[in-house]
Amino acid sequence: MTSELDIFVGNTTLIDEDVYRLWLDGYSVNDAVALRVRSGILEQTGATAGVLQSDTMDHYRTFHMLERLLHAPPKLLHQLIFQIPPSRQALLIERYYTFDEAFVREVLGKKLSKGTKKDLDDISTKTGITLKSCRRQFDNFKRVFKVVEEMRGSLVDNIQQHFLLSDRLARDYAAIVFFANNRFETGKKKLQYLSFGDFAFCAELMIQNWTLGAVGEAPTDPDSQMDDMDVDLDKEFLQDLKELKVLVADKDLLDLHKSLVCTVLRGKLSVFSEMETNFKNLSRGLVNVAAKLTHNKDVRDLFVDLVEKFVEPCRSDHWPLSDVRLFLTQYSVSVHSLDGFRHQVLWDRYMGTLRGCLLRLYHD
Amino acid sequence: MPGKLKVKIVAGRHLPVMDRASDLTDAFVEVKFGNTTFKTDVYLKSLNPQWNSEWFKFEVDDEDLQDEPLQITVLDHDTYSANDAIGKVYIDIDPLLYSEAATVISGWFPIYDTIHGIRGEINVVVKVDLFNDLNRFRQSSCGVKFFCTTSIPKCYRAVVIHGFVEELVVNEDPEYQWIDRIRTPRASNEARQRLISLMSGELQRKIGLKVLEMRGNAVVGYLQCFDLEGESGLVVRAIGTACTLDKLSSPAAFLPACNSPSKEMKESPLVHPPSHGCRSTHNSPIHTATGSRLTQNFSVSVPTLIYTGTGSGSAGKEGGPLKALLRQQTQSALEQREFPFLTLTAFPPGLLVHVGGVVSARSVKLLDRIHNPAFVGIMGNTRSYKLLDWNSFNSDEPETRDAWWAEIRQEIKSHAKALGCHAVVGYSESTSICEEVCILSASGTAAVLNPRFLQEGTVEGSLEQRIEENLPVGCGFCHIPYDELNMPFPAHLTYCYNCRKQKVPDVLFTTIDLPTDAVVVGKGCLIQARLCRLKKKAQAEANATAISNLLPFMEYEVHTQLMNKLKLKGMNALFGLRIQITVGENMLMGLASATGVYLAALPTPGGIQIAGKTPNDGSYEQHISHMQKKINDTIAKNKELYEINPPEVSEEIIGSPIPEPRQRSRLLRSQSESSDEVTELDLSHGKKDAFVLEIDDADAMEDVHSLLTDVPPPSGFYSCNTEIMPGINNWTSEIQMFTSVRVVRLSSLNLTNQALNKNFNGLCENLLKSLYFKLRSMTPCCLCHVNFTVSLPEDELIQVTVTAVAITFDKNQALQTTKAHAEKSLQRASADNEEMLQFPLELCSDSLPSHAFPAAKEHLESASSNSGTPAAQRAVTVEKASPMGDGNFRNRSAPPCASSTVGVVKMTPLSFIPGAKITKYLGIINMFFIRETTSLREEGGVSGFLHAFIAEVFAMVRAHVAALGGNAVVSYIMKQCVFMENPSKNQAQCLINVSGDAVVFVRESDLEVMSAQQPAVNCQPSCTGEVTT
Repeated sequence: MTSELDIFVGNTTLIDEDVYRLWLDGYSVNDAVALRVRSGILEQTGATAGVLQSDTMDHYRTFHMLERLLHAPPKLLHQLIFQIPPSRQALLIERYYTFDEAFVREVLGKKLSKGTKKDLDDISTKTGITLKSCRRQFDNFKRVFKVVEEMRGSLVDNIQQHFLLSDRLARDYAAIVFFANNRFETGKKKLQYLSFGDFAFCAELMIQNWTLGAVGEAPTDPDSQMDDMDVDLDKEFLQDLKELKVLVADKDLLDLHKSLVCTVLRGKLSVFSEMETNFKNLSRGLVNVAAKLTHNKDVRDLFVDLVEKFVEPCRSDHWPLSDVRLFLTQYSVSVHSLDGFRHQVLWDRYMGTLRGCLLRLYHD
Repeated sequence: MPGKLKVKIVAGRHLPVMDRASDLTDAFVEVKFGNTTFKTDVYLKSLNPQWNSEWFKFEVDDEDLQDEPLQITVLDHDTYSANDAIGKVYIDIDPLLYSEAATVISGWFPIYDTIHGIRGEINVVVKVDLFNDLNRFRQSSCGVKFFCTTSIPKCYRAVVIHGFVEELVVNEDPEYQWIDRIRTPRASNEARQRLISLMSGELQRKIGLKVLEMRGNAVVGYLQCFDLEGESGLVVRAIGTACTLDKLSSPAAFLPACNSPSKEMKESPLVHPPSHGCRSTHNSPIHTATGSRLTQNFSVSVPTLIYTGTGSGSAGKEGGPLKALLRQQTQSALEQREFPFLTLTAFPPGLLVHVGGVVSARSVKLLDRIHNPAFVGIMGNTRSYKLLDWNSFNSDEPETRDAWWAEIRQEIKSHAKALGCHAVVGYSESTSICEEVCILSASGTAAVLNPRFLQEGTVEGSLEQRIEENLPVGCGFCHIPYDELNMPFPAHLTYCYNCRKQKVPDVLFTTIDLPTDAVVVGKGCLIQARLCRLKKKAQAEANATAISNLLPFMEYEVHTQLMNKLKLKGMNALFGLRIQITVGENMLMGLASATGVYLAALPTPGGIQIAGKTPNDGSYEQHISHMQKKINDTIAKNKELYEINPPEVSEEIIGSPIPEPRQRSRLLRSQSESSDEVTELDLSHGKKDAFVLEIDDADAMEDVHSLLTDVPPPSGFYSCNTEIMPGINNWTSEIQMFTSVRVVRLSSLNLTNQALNKNFNGLCENLLKSLYFKLRSMTPCCLCHVNFTVSLPEDELIQVTVTAVAITFDKNQALQTTKAHAEKSLQRASADNEEMLQFPLELCSDSLPSHAFPAAKEHLESASSNSGTPAAQRAVTVEKASPMGDGNFRNRSAPPCASSTVGVVKMTPLSFIPGAKITKYLGIINMFFIRETTSLREEGGVSGFLHAFIAEVFAMVRAHVAALGGNAVVSYIMKQCVFMENPSKNQAQCLINVSGDAVVFVRESDLEVMSAQQPAVNCQPSCTGEVTT
């Protein structure tokens, strides 16, 4: 006796959170059944393996049917076929778009193209995440990217509106979109110690301060080319950053800057002498990063440069985080006292964000 | 008389992409009614078109309005080739034709295509203007209300119950017409859907006319079924109970009206207590009525059984003058009707006087293929031409089918008579067709009814009268209706354990719901008997003969199984019994489902005794005693599980909540118990009494084993196939209706009856286990109205379809009984007034004047401690709402209620919604869908295909209900789910027929809020929104 057909349809669609997770994780029905058996559900409920198999199949079928709708979450809200309470709908969407830290670190900053998709096999092997799950996560990134890429207005708001995600998750996706769009390099070995959270933090600061949308003046002409306000860095701003070069190019200015910082920090830093010897190198590093941002290639290497030019030197001298904070603050503020320097506003826009990023990036 | 139908097409959304090049669609809509068609403009390049059309107006007469569905077709405009159909929506406009139902249909409807399923949604507004004054309107069949609910609908009261109405119409099935060979599957499916829609409309209209003839205004318990007879045609038949219903407007309106009737009652001779003599007992299991006649075709009328109870006995005297009187009176009311049948399963208090037992009749027929090209007037009007345009039509057919059913009904009627009953309640009919053989089945419960409800011109409001005021409530229906001196079969009778005055059988089988006032001990449970019998493949008459030869044995075995399982559960009565016999190519399947309970009025069931045939063999003896022990253990365990602790005592002084031990009862009990052990021959059937299982061969062994393999539901679960579970009444509002379908393939080689039985048993048990597992998050909960349907779509395939509703109950509230008890007696004083409030079922059950037996204490757990109303089993539905509150609510005119839960449409097979009040019935939902695929694998195989289809059917039902302004479907039933597959061709087809009553309900918690603050709660469209005001 074999079961040809076996279905269960509720007027309210039954959603089993555990099975949903297994499905999202890309397990086959048989694997999922095995995992459920291992969880001890048979003992708890007194069910048989056959019952479990049938139940798992049913849920998988339902999820499969729901998947089409999850690709455009507002559709899930308006469709008539599945009667699902709002809280459950939210759960379905949120979980569907939730991604694995290990996975996102692999694709963050990469072009969300077919080429990358081909690499998913390797990513799957490397991370231990099933290929199916990798595909879903990748497709989610790509789908969100495609929808909001050309859109005006706040990136986070756009994502929230079109994908009905929680604030937290929408912010994460904003970071993913921002990184994918600017193709920041995150995969280099020396960046491996950084978490997705670190990058997302930086992305948020950069979106807030370095993009067109950050200037706060929406283009008056709706047809203007400045459409993607939150996704692209403010080109004009990047051009202007060249002006900062004077801070290191002009020797007097550099000395003055150094002495200003040292005067204030003397006795306050545990690594004062190291700072004093390294000041010029550090300052050159930070300013050169700014000056180079006109080239796309250098924009991509922003994080590599920051780690190389600032994080690593400090770390090798064992700066405590509090000293880094003190230093960066003083380093930024002191520029205001440099009489010969005219780009105070530009400096603040640059350093304000960079300081935040560096502090976040500075850890083991 | 004419009417004007107005339709407006507002917008579409989520349309499919029809133009691959642009990824868009140029959609327009055709609106068709009768022969008139309107079109909207083409809305270019959009998947969310906004047509915002003018009002399309159809001027039609009301016959058309009743018969025809409104047909809306969404198409993709194509300049160069034919326009592509996207899908259709059929809207039944019947609900707009009676004044109290919906006034407008407005909302988003899924656009349905028989090949692709749901493809987007369309927003439509439909209105009807009838050009007539109310009086003339009433003369037309238009005004007749239809309810699927098999009880008096909640916001009505029955003035008169007129009786049985039936009708059938026949047509050729488009699927079998020659033209089907050249048209597309889609065209064929749509022709079928449309035809069935037309036929249902026509059937309903005809039934309506019959109701008007009987001077009724409504049909309750309306059950419409299709017989897909294949080449011989398509039969649509319906049965129902004609009633005159009054809308309950406010309590004030009917309070005074009710006092007089009750006064008059006192004068009625019926009130006089029946005198009781002493009787000794006995009874028998089965009454057989055999008959076989040949109709013009071929027909075997199968010996049928009457289940009443089993045991053995002799009869005393004194049939009771009351009985005779009742019979006489009702005879006048009922006998004049051809068939004194009611399709109701629950009754206004007082209507049901006695229950005799289950009566059933089956008949095996050969479907003929005579084709007389006779086009004329079967349907006697112009519409028939529309139905018939290309059909050749056999004019004999309707009469033939009518005659078949008439024959069966006649048999049922005579069975009932044999049981001393003049009426049959809980009546239903069904068919099972395989190739050209058709089994017609009818069953019901023989009963004695109070004639007052059945006559016109009795005092108004007669339904509330309780004639038997001096008869103890809660056991009256158990008392035997037949004359003890002249019993139709040997029966085992005892004095009623409740009132001690009348005789009762030791076991009672019925097809009805548990009466609200019945006194039950402990909880009930679902009991199923399952049976397979192989049969040789044969043709035509040989086949029919083979089947009719098998049927009596199956009936008997099913009955035996039921009886054994009942005993095993320690219970003594079955309610909601439904026996389905399904015929297949090479086997017959029998599936009986019922809810077992322990009726306090009936004697404690004896155990099951196992007797061996070969007593010499020592090891065999040992085996037997081992089995016996196992059975005894199971019984003991079940008694504990279902909390069956029948009181050792019986209550003498009605109204006193304190039980007093009485010697006599004990005595009586032991007597009856001892008599249980006596093996009695069932003379009428020549087989052993059901109490004793004789293990004389492997088959019997098997039977005993199968008895013990039925696993009780896991803790926290109960199940029943009646409306509610006796012993549970603190339902929460969390409900989950579901349909589950399984098809298994039997390994075809050397199948034996035993292996088949085992397979079938396993299938059903596994299905139940799966349900329990799936619904585990709802515990503690009860699966109510569990409805199993078996079909044999192919040689080795068994399909089982289950629809039920899981309702969560609150464990903690369950025990507050004693308090309620005290209040109960208080209330009884004022009950005389209160009982006049006539919410026919629920409320009346509360106000029954005199139901305080000690036994009641055990199980009448009241959930309604807050309101203080005594709760009988049904108290569920009345939890908080006091009658007055309810009345107040109804006075406030506007029902903006639907809005709070817009978007969510509840579906339930029950006639009520726990924790809520139904405030309005919007009309009947009766939908028929066909879905076909030629890409079965791509749609996820048979499971994926059917899963999606059933989900779509639910969605379409919900959308229609929401468009009517409703928020729930009650008495929902999936009447047919015919699934056919052809995996090798990658094809499958499925037909589904569902029905129910669209209603508006208000949560009781909201009710209180709302009556406090005026209807500020206004319609807030939510996602599925599209509020309908």
